[in-house]
Amino acid sequence: MAVRIQEQDFEIGAEVRELVHGRTDVGAIVTFTGIVRGGDATTAITDMTLEHYPGMTQAELERIEAEASDRWPLQASLIIHRFGKLLPGDNIVLVVTASRHRHAAFEAASFLMDYLKTRAPFWKNETRSDGSGGWVDARESDEQSLARWHTNRD
Amino acid sequence: MTETMQSDQTVRILYFAWMREKTGRSEETVQLPASLVNIADLIGWLKTRGPEYEAAFDRAEVVRAAINQTHVKPDAPLAGAREIAFFPPVTGG
Repeated sequence: MAVRIQEQDFEIGAEVRELVHGRTDVGAIVTFTGIVRGGDATTAITDMTLEHYPGMTQAELERIEAEASDRWPLQASLIIHRFGKLLPGDNIVLVVTASRHRHAAFEAASFLMDYLKTRAPFWKNETRSDGSGGWVDARESDEQSLARWHTNRD
Repeated sequence: MTETMQSDQTVRILYFAWMREKTGRSEETVQLPASLVNIADLIGWLKTRGPEYEAAFDRAEVVRAAINQTHVKPDAPLAGAREIAFFPPVTGG
């Protein structure tokens, strides 16, 4: 179980190899990678800056990861989130979950992303080619995605 | 008169994203008036400190808060708070 907040890029293959190196108790690995979109035909995104709350970001992601480990039998997990200036096509976030069987890994990865999107203290500020950029508004659909995990316990 | 009494509780207040831009500061240290009980009280008090605070907390229902690096609701008590943060809904991932 690990959480890393960093400015530099990550290499997915290397991260996965390191996470499960030498282990024979893992039967399934799921990875999710979030990428900076380039906008659409009318308003291109030229770059994006991710601000975060150092200290709380680490603590919150560790809480989210602990919650996932509590709900699913995970053999290993990893969350990497970048901050600073990013360009379209750049990696933003990596979530890796490893379990004995696939369902736990799939569900835990989805859960981690839904929680991260609504709880991890990061804020995106976009620069757009037509000057319409600024702080990105939160999506209602992200809160709705989170709600589906509440049925079992809350 | 009790409204203006200072407590002995000093807290560090942090602002992020457009809350940082609107208040014009990323952090400050304040001594809390003894009359403030929860986050909603603190917001009400901060709004009296100047037009930049009034603008930042204009849509107070949108603003999120954390105490000691944990998300809290507006009715969360200030007792025990050392670090309080105000920020917009998060947009990472």
